[in-house]
Amino acid sequence: MKKELSFITVIGLDKKGIVAKIANLLYLNDINIEDINQKIMESYFVMTMLVDMGNSKVSIDEIRAGLEKIGGELGIKIQIQHENIFTMMHRV
Amino acid sequence: MTITVEEVFETARMTLYHNFDIRTTTLGINLKDCIDSDFEKFKEKVYAKIARNARSLVAEAAKLESKYGIPIVNKRVSVTPVSLIMETHCAPDKFLQMAQSIDRAAADAGISFIGGFGALVQKGLTRSDAMLIESLPEVLAKTERVCAFLNVGSNIAGLNIDAVNLIGPMLKKTARESLNAIGCAKFVVFVNAPEDNPFMAGAFHGVGESDLTLNVGISGPGVVRSVVAENRDCDFTALSEVLKKTTFKITRAGELVGRELARNMDVPFGVVDISLASTTAEGDSVARIVESFGIEKIGGHGSTCAIALLMDAVKKGGAMASGNIGGLSGTFIPISEDSGMIAAVQAGALGLDKLESLTSVCSVGLDMFGIPGDTPAETINAIIADELAIGVINNKTTAVRVIPVPGRVAGDLVRYGGLLGDVPIMKVNPFSARDFMRRGGRFPAPVTSLRN
Repeated sequence: MKKELSFITVIGLDKKGIVAKIANLLYLNDINIEDINQKIMESYFVMTMLVDMGNSKVSIDEIRAGLEKIGGELGIKIQIQHENIFTMMHRV
Repeated sequence: MTITVEEVFETARMTLYHNFDIRTTTLGINLKDCIDSDFEKFKEKVYAKIARNARSLVAEAAKLESKYGIPIVNKRVSVTPVSLIMETHCAPDKFLQMAQSIDRAAADAGISFIGGFGALVQKGLTRSDAMLIESLPEVLAKTERVCAFLNVGSNIAGLNIDAVNLIGPMLKKTARESLNAIGCAKFVVFVNAPEDNPFMAGAFHGVGESDLTLNVGISGPGVVRSVVAENRDCDFTALSEVLKKTTFKITRAGELVGRELARNMDVPFGVVDISLASTTAEGDSVARIVESFGIEKIGGHGSTCAIALLMDAVKKGGAMASGNIGGLSGTFIPISEDSGMIAAVQAGALGLDKLESLTSVCSVGLDMFGIPGDTPAETINAIIADELAIGVINNKTTAVRVIPVPGRVAGDLVRYGGLLGDVPIMKVNPFSARDFMRRGGRFPAPVTSLRN
């Protein structure tokens, strides 16, 4: 199966359970986590996850809805975007 | 090379906090193949072709919004200049009927505005062109989504003053026939109008275009302003570099989405228009960019230099980012659609004279401003002639979208809301150009047109 890579970006205050909740949602939908990074930037806690949606059981819309629900519960912003946009914007 | 956390954060932050979006995707549709001697069939074919293709645009754009997490704010359609396809159906009531068919097709497909109800009259008017202009007050009052344009000059043809002189009376009539003169907000007069401009109200599908073409307009000024705000102390060259890099990135997003959308719709990709276009959203303002450069209020001295610096950097960054740059590609400074521009007018920092000078270094022209309803028609014609002369002589696109609001005086604010925003009524110079404009005829093509 061809890889379909997307980035999940988490922005907000660091809290217990962020990774656990997101990872659980991804696991339940057959989405593999390829890479995780995190950093404090401009007083934001920022975490990025590179995920492969090639085998995903659901569409990116459904995952976005799930992520937004988690974001709402934890008071953080979570965004998912296909990898192409980052490659286009940041690589010449 | 893998994308770093910083890079992911930069893009995500643009979307979440700085109104990063794809401003418009505009599908150009050729209507010449719809012409039929039976007018009822002709209208049906126009309706069907627009509705079918516009529906595909709306559906496919939604999929990409989801994939990239970036809003595609406007999905629009431009069509072949309507006067051209109406040449053999030259009757006043037919122009209104055709406009209503086009309006209905846009509404049924979920398209907010559809451009192209206009004519190319830079050298002269055909019977159809003249009839279209005559029909505009009624068309603009009785349709909701149809946008109209005229191209009345070019640096090759000069400026058709006879056509300009038709516009003042037409606008005054349009203003009387529509609520708060809103019909005038859907009409633009150009010189050197590009045939692939994706931005309303002046978009049309040029005669040199293919059957269908998808053009894209990039994101607004919110992202640029936030980057400038983070670079308060850099000099002009460094500021230009910052602007170039940012425009490069936002244009790349437009290039990606535009090409993928065209591929998914199976239509040729046209151009990316790299214009920075304001919206009524707070912060999404070109005026605020200029002010973040260090000018107290746009319109103050230094503003023309600031807009010139911004324009040049936007073009340099954008040109590197896309294989096909086109349309207007500059920076828009509409009054009503930009909260910073409105504030500057109300503070007395920006008047019509300075606005005109700003347009000499930026696209597109005097845009979305109000004038008192009792402004004489010949004064409106002279305002238009001044602005368009800048375009003809300097080999650039210029345009005017002016709203003479009945019963309103300088200093008033007319509230439209939505995409059109609030229109301040600006002071007009009271001295007359009547005898000058009455001369009519054609402003000859400038000497710079002799390039062969």
